[in-house]
Amino acid sequence: MNKTDRIFGNYFEELSEEIDSLEMTFSPSDRSIRQRWKNKRLSAQFIAEYFTAFLPIDDNDLDGERRIKEGKSAIAYVANELLENAMKFNDEASNFKVRLGVYFIEDMSVKDKEIAALLFATNSVTSEDIEKFQTFLEQLLNNDPEELYVTQVEKSMEDEHAEASGLGFLTMINDYSAKLGWKFETIDKDLPIHTVTTMARITV
Amino acid sequence: MTQEIKDKDYAVTYDPQISTVKFSGLLSLGGPKEYKPIADLLNSIVESEPPEITLDLRELEFLNSSGISMLSKFVLGLRKKKNVQLIILGSNDMPWQGKSLKNLQKFLPSLKLQVA
Repeated sequence: MNKTDRIFGNYFEELSEEIDSLEMTFSPSDRSIRQRWKNKRLSAQFIAEYFTAFLPIDDNDLDGERRIKEGKSAIAYVANELLENAMKFNDEASNFKVRLGVYFIEDMSVKDKEIAALLFATNSVTSEDIEKFQTFLEQLLNNDPEELYVTQVEKSMEDEHAEASGLGFLTMINDYSAKLGWKFETIDKDLPIHTVTTMARITV
Repeated sequence: MTQEIKDKDYAVTYDPQISTVKFSGLLSLGGPKEYKPIADLLNSIVESEPPEITLDLRELEFLNSSGISMLSKFVLGLRKKKNVQLIILGSNDMPWQGKSLKNLQKFLPSLKLQVA
């Protein structure tokens, strides 16, 4: 299979058209990075507010209040990480618009009906970055995420200015029990544009 | 003398009298370069080898993974400073703290983590 069209992890492809969703798009622009960076967190927090507003919870239910608060915090964290990554790795030369969104999933197949936020972000990616990213994903999916978290931080100690890489995905998995999946695609136009969509499913 | 690093969304304040660094607000900076002033502040405190350092995170509502990376590196670096006791204060009112702070203990078993 062509490396530019692959799926990794738990990628949910068959979504019913009846599922409610919210999607935002971000054009490549010359606005200052600093300004855009701040907008990321605000966008993530908006998605979290929007999603939790639809949770079927009684206002007087104290446990419900806690569930909303935790859900909001989890969605905001995950959405912010997805958007940070998407903007950081977006191939600016492609003029592709970064997308961030959420599907409202009601899973009737489990006891007590499970509600989940299926968050996704799409960005374009250079052929060079595809290879690096896929190598990292193989490592992420074939190792214990708790151990990998420690390994990545230890590795980053060698360079004072380095960041422990992949910590965003690892914290989503370890701390928020997120199920992650990735889909690499090639959009056919005059010049092929490669894209990657990252999905994170978290129970709320 | 008190030292402070702040922006519209967050404040990081060091009070040497009580050897405490207090974090508040929403912290989602872009990477190691942007977190450097905070990392430098923390490391400079350790250099003076106080018997105890407290990181008070109870009013920190949001921290992105770059911030978690910065904190993780700081905590792991303290393994070499056996004379410095690190205390981290967290709050159950901030859901992310209950989920993510426990990871720091893996890097430094002597860490006193108090989430209340």
